[in-house]
Amino acid sequence: MEHHIVLRVVAKMLIPIILLFALYVQFHGEYGPGGGFQAGVIFGSGFILYALIFGLQTTKRVLPAKVVHIMTGLGVLIFAGVGVFGMLRGGNFLEYGVLSADPVAGQHLGIILIELGVGITVTFVMVSLFYSFAGYRQQKLQPSVTGQGDAGGNAP
Amino acid sequence: MEAIVDLALLTLLAVLAVGIVRLRSLFGAAMLFGIYSLLCAAIFVVLDAVDVAFTEAAVGAGISTILILGTLSITGAKLEVRHARPLVPLLITTVIGAALIYASIDMPLVGDPAAPANLHIVPAYIEGTATDIRIPNVVTAVLASYRGYDTLGEVTVIFTAGIGVLVLLGHSRRKRKSARES
Amino acid sequence: MTAIGLYNYWIVFFLMMAGLYVVIVSTNLIKKIIGLNIFQTSVFILYLSIGKVAGGTAPILADGFSVYSNPLPHVLILTAIVVGVATTALGLALIVRIHAAYGSVDEEIIYRNEP
Repeated sequence: MEHHIVLRVVAKMLIPIILLFALYVQFHGEYGPGGGFQAGVIFGSGFILYALIFGLQTTKRVLPAKVVHIMTGLGVLIFAGVGVFGMLRGGNFLEYGVLSADPVAGQHLGIILIELGVGITVTFVMVSLFYSFAGYRQQKLQPSVTGQGDAGGNAP
Repeated sequence: MEAIVDLALLTLLAVLAVGIVRLRSLFGAAMLFGIYSLLCAAIFVVLDAVDVAFTEAAVGAGISTILILGTLSITGAKLEVRHARPLVPLLITTVIGAALIYASIDMPLVGDPAAPANLHIVPAYIEGTATDIRIPNVVTAVLASYRGYDTLGEVTVIFTAGIGVLVLLGHSRRKRKSARES
Repeated sequence: MTAIGLYNYWIVFFLMMAGLYVVIVSTNLIKKIIGLNIFQTSVFILYLSIGKVAGGTAPILADGFSVYSNPLPHVLILTAIVVGVATTALGLALIVRIHAAYGSVDEEIIYRNEP
């Protein structure tokens, strides 16, 4: 897909905007439609678009598979960690009122943190799903060559 | 006016579903499925579910279609082969559909504010979001605070699905390179 | 909006039966997954139709609006959509492995190739 110059140029212009929009949706989830899930999927779609245009190997240099696998676990850890932290402060599991001196501020803090955890998990799970499918296809097409080959994206 | 838009979109959705059933080409069915998800997102907006429409547009028309296309490209499947006789399944689905429509006569009309679903705990949630949590988006407040435990379960489910696909399809590490070197 | 009456529900049941029909009749595994997704989205429309309030607006608190649509089905369906994509991904990964093992994604051919 690198031969298509229009696709390459437009993707280079659009992908930063997509990632920025995903961050906007993540942090404005409390004030309008949005939140962790939507932001995670949009963020993951930005990376998947990059992989479709520039190839799986280039994307794996930008975002290594090991980082992706670790970050999926990190999101769930943040979520459950907020719950356990609430227990350590004397409340119940996932009680936000005890996270800060003012209960309303505690609610805000709790909601922001768990939406962050949700967003991180969903982003890197979507990227991991794409890496699994595309990597399987690449290995099926070129079984004796590993770590090489470009344009190994998902063109049907 | 809203009613006309709702009617038109839902009828279009039914036509699209018939198209997906009848189509033999798998690539065509995958593309129609993407259009179906996008149309569902439009219907969700008409039904005042803006968060859900956002998620359905991103997930249904984005991720699901990509995964189906990826599977089609890996397996190389192109056309659906018709083997079975469709008469008995058609009869079964017609009977079940008729029974469901008969059961729906007792349901409250769409848009009824006195429907039981809108009465018991929902006013408490809306009030509580205004006074205790004080963020404008009620859906985020209910998702993150009132029903936070369900959201933890959901994040665990998506995490498990990611791990499951990793186990099934592998993570294409450089195992063969080390096997060649040894 | 109450002029719609029960039309939403009837279309939902039609879509449900279309999805169920595809799952039963189709011998192609990928088509079955597509049918299952049609079934899932029809259930989403059912829940959201139950939660719609005539004359209401989206459940985002704002000055000047007093009637809001029911936010609880929105929360349930948000969870259901994400769980749906998780199960679809796992189903498709299983189909890829079945294809690698049996050489086809068609049910009849798989039954014939089974040892």
